Parts: sequence; C-alpha cells; structure tokens
Amino acid sequence: MRVVLALAVLILGSTGGEIAITHGMKATGEPARLRPLELVQFLGQAMRNGWFWAGVPLMALSFYSLLILLSWEPISLVIPASALSYVVGTLGAKYVLGEQVSAARWAGVVLVCAGVALVAAG
Amino acid sequence: MASERRLRIKTLVMVLAMVVCANAGDLMLKRGMSQIGAVRLTPSGLAQAFQLTVASGTIWIAIFFLTGFMLSYMTVLSWADYSYVMPAGAFGYALLTLLAVVFLHESVSPRRWFGVVLICVGVLLVGQTKPRTTAVAGEAAT
Repeated sequence: MRVVLALAVLILGSTGGEIAITHGMKATGEPARLRPLELVQFLGQAMRNGWFWAGVPLMALSFYSLLILLSWEPISLVIPASALSYVVGTLGAKYVLGEQVSAARWAGVVLVCAGVALVAAG
Repeated sequence: MASERRLRIKTLVMVLAMVVCANAGDLMLKRGMSQIGAVRLTPSGLAQAFQLTVASGTIWIAIFFLTGFMLSYMTVLSWADYSYVMPAGAFGYALLTLLAVVFLHESVSPRRWFGVVLICVGVLLVGQTKPRTTAVAGEAAT
C-alpha cells in the first residue's frame, strides 16, 4: 500500500510539475530566435512566471518520493513502474493543457511506455 | 508549409539537445557518485557525501549537462506540445542502450532489445504527428 502511494506521488508529482512548467512556458511564448543572448533573456522571463515556480516543488516532491521508493524496492521494479508517467502525462496534456492527442500519438505513447518499462527492467 | 517544416526541424534539434544533455549528465553523475562510493543514510554520512559531491569536478560537469537538459526542455515546451516532447525524449533510453553496447561492450538481454525496438517505433509514431496543437502566447494556433 505504501509503495502504491509513493508511486502515485512520484508519477503525479513529476507529471503535475511538468504540466505546470509547460503551461508557464506556453504563457511566456517562444523565443524569436535561438541565439545565446536571446535565450538567456527568454529563460529569465520564463522564470518570472508563477507556473514555473508551481512546477519546481512538485518535481522536487516527486524526486524525494523516488529516493524513498528506491530505499524500499529494487530499481528494476521502481523505474519500469514509473514508465506509467508517459500515459499519465499524455492524459494530463489532453485534459489539462488541451492538446490534441491523435490515435497515432496515443499508439506511440503506449509503445514508448512499454519499451521504457522493458529497457529499465533489464 | 515552410513554417510547419521549420517548427519540425527546430523541435527535432531541441529534442536531440535534451537527449544528449540528459544522457551525458546521467553518465557523469553515475561516474561521479561511483568515485564517491556508497552513501550512508545517517546525518553524518549525508553531510560527508554532500561535501564530497560539492568538491567533485565530475559532479559539476553532470550538473552542467543536467541544467542544459532542463533549459532545452523548457525552451522546446514554449512552442511544442508536452504530449509530443515527453514521449520523443524517451529516445534517450534507446540511445543509451546502443552507447552501452558500442562503447562499454555491455551485453544486452533480448527483452531489453525488444524494449529498444518498441521505443523507436513509438517515437517514430509520435514524431509523425503535429508538434504543436495549441496556441502559443502572442501567436495564433497553426
């Protein structure tokens, strides 16, 4: 039970954090050109967005949950299980960020999720 | 459409930068932490580990690459879909397996090869979809 709970915190924390940061980056808008000086200005602007700072603690929470999980369970179980975050993240992208997830993208995500689980399991 | 093509190329370059930085960062982190040795989970053990990591050049190189990963991830998310970039980044797992075979001569189980194939097919499928399906600030949706 505690493993399931920690895994939920791990997946929801990293997905929630990345979704918050994506939202913040979309609000910042894309940089006009990818030159070093403009990129620095752009990233400075992104870090003044509140959504970025909402995402960071969620990702930190997820990281601590990963450390705790790794102290309970073998890595060959923890990392494959965390591959579920590809599916959870896609659901979040669709329902929270309003992205259009086509059938081809869903199929790709499911294959990636299964593939990462197999690679991580060794 | 020229802008659509430009968007695809720009996204591909940033995803590659992400994957290279993440892999280089993880490898350096692994090397640096192996040099430091197993960390004891006691207050004094953690304090000692902290001092050793801060003093390690390898760890700082790892932090440099991992910061590069985070910044390229943030940059690409300013124009591309999260549901496009996130699965595309999994290509790094496949690349890491190939690097381990070519440079470290590690043996890889059939199960792991099967996983690599699934990741590559999955990333190709996701890569065929439109990189952006939502509007970006200051621009109309494409």
